[in-house]
Amino acid sequence: MKTIQVATTINGDATEFVCAPDESLLDVLRNRLGLTGAKEGCGTGDCGACTVTLDGRMVCSCLVLGAEVEGSTITTIEGMSTGDALHPLQQAFIDHAALQCGICTPGILVAAKALLDRNPDPTDTELRYWLAGNLCRCTGYDKIIAAVQDAAAKMRTA
Amino acid sequence: MQYAKPKTATEAARLLGAETGVTRVLAGGTDVMVQLKAGMVEPALIVDIKGIPGIRSITPEAGGFRIGAAVSGLELGDHAALCAMFPGVTEAAQLIGSKQVQGRCSMVGNLCNGSPAADAVPALFAANAVVRIEGPNGSRDAAVETIPTAPGRTSLAKGEIITSVLLPAPVPHSADAYLRFIPRTEMDIAVASAGVSLTIDASGTITAARVALGAVAPTVMLVDACAAAIIGTKLDAAAQAALEQAASAACKPIDDKRGTIEFRTKVAGVLARRAALIAYERAGGRK
Repeated sequence: MKTIQVATTINGDATEFVCAPDESLLDVLRNRLGLTGAKEGCGTGDCGACTVTLDGRMVCSCLVLGAEVEGSTITTIEGMSTGDALHPLQQAFIDHAALQCGICTPGILVAAKALLDRNPDPTDTELRYWLAGNLCRCTGYDKIIAAVQDAAAKMRTA
Repeated sequence: MQYAKPKTATEAARLLGAETGVTRVLAGGTDVMVQLKAGMVEPALIVDIKGIPGIRSITPEAGGFRIGAAVSGLELGDHAALCAMFPGVTEAAQLIGSKQVQGRCSMVGNLCNGSPAADAVPALFAANAVVRIEGPNGSRDAAVETIPTAPGRTSLAKGEIITSVLLPAPVPHSADAYLRFIPRTEMDIAVASAGVSLTIDASGTITAARVALGAVAPTVMLVDACAAAIIGTKLDAAAQAALEQAASAACKPIDDKRGTIEFRTKVAGVLARRAALIAYERAGGRK
């Protein structure tokens, strides 16, 4: 299969990679670029564990071809902290014990940040609908909602 | 598999027409990528249409809007003027999948995937949408309801792609609405659905209507009998009952794990009635 050369920007860094035509962006991130924060849960866009942002909109990276992202800007969970300083959402997830096994956590953090970028003060209902595409089989979600709301409050006063 | 990203619709149509193996058109990819992953299809060629000019644009046209084939649900929802003019269509499109899927999924993809349960499609039928098709013999326009022919099948010929959908200008005192039933609150596929668009006169009498039902037949269907049941009425109780009855009478659903024939037939009628009431109120009718 003929490989395709792709130039993109990932977490602010110009990044080039080569991929197969049928290779997903998720596989490119994990297997070719070593960015293993995005996880494969279902591989069919149902679970949200592979959530990244593509040109400012959040997407399931398992439903994007690597070849499609030529010239695009991507952010992943690896781009969320500033050096060793955690993002307020990341810190809030630790403070509220909003994770157990952690597989869903990178996707939920990326999705929660995407919401707060659009709406800094969401209601619990808005937050739950926004995160409907991020499945967590451990927490029962309540701690996740509490953590995001705590981070949102801190970010509003920061 | 080959991946191509042509710069024009003509080139996309040429590539798709010339390929002898299985092809797929890639817009948002939320159905195509799932088919690839599941091994349902092994295309020889994928044509990514997102390099075609205008394919991701929402453009005012003759009082309505032309929506490119790769415009995502999120982009529709962020367009205030479009949402104000076509609340039914834009709400329907935004019911598809999760917010992540909304970042990519397109109404034209929803149409061409050919599911009878596609949320955007009954609303597009009701809104009298017209699709623009590019193919080996040039471009043509077609009424949206001529596109789906069977589950997973469309009337598009080899090499033809839909490049945009036109929502024609509504006449004054018109509005649309879409409702679906799912057993959850989010992230599910319609068990039954209804899209309604209607126009009223100064007295509140309905002068024109289009009613489409989803998930209750092999394709989404436009039901003329439903429109006939409410045209000339003020959507009083008798007209509502006639609409509900006409909708249920048109249903030819299947039994499956998501809903029985009996349930779908009943619920399609209820949804048609409720969607009509919403559209009536939006058009400026009572309340």
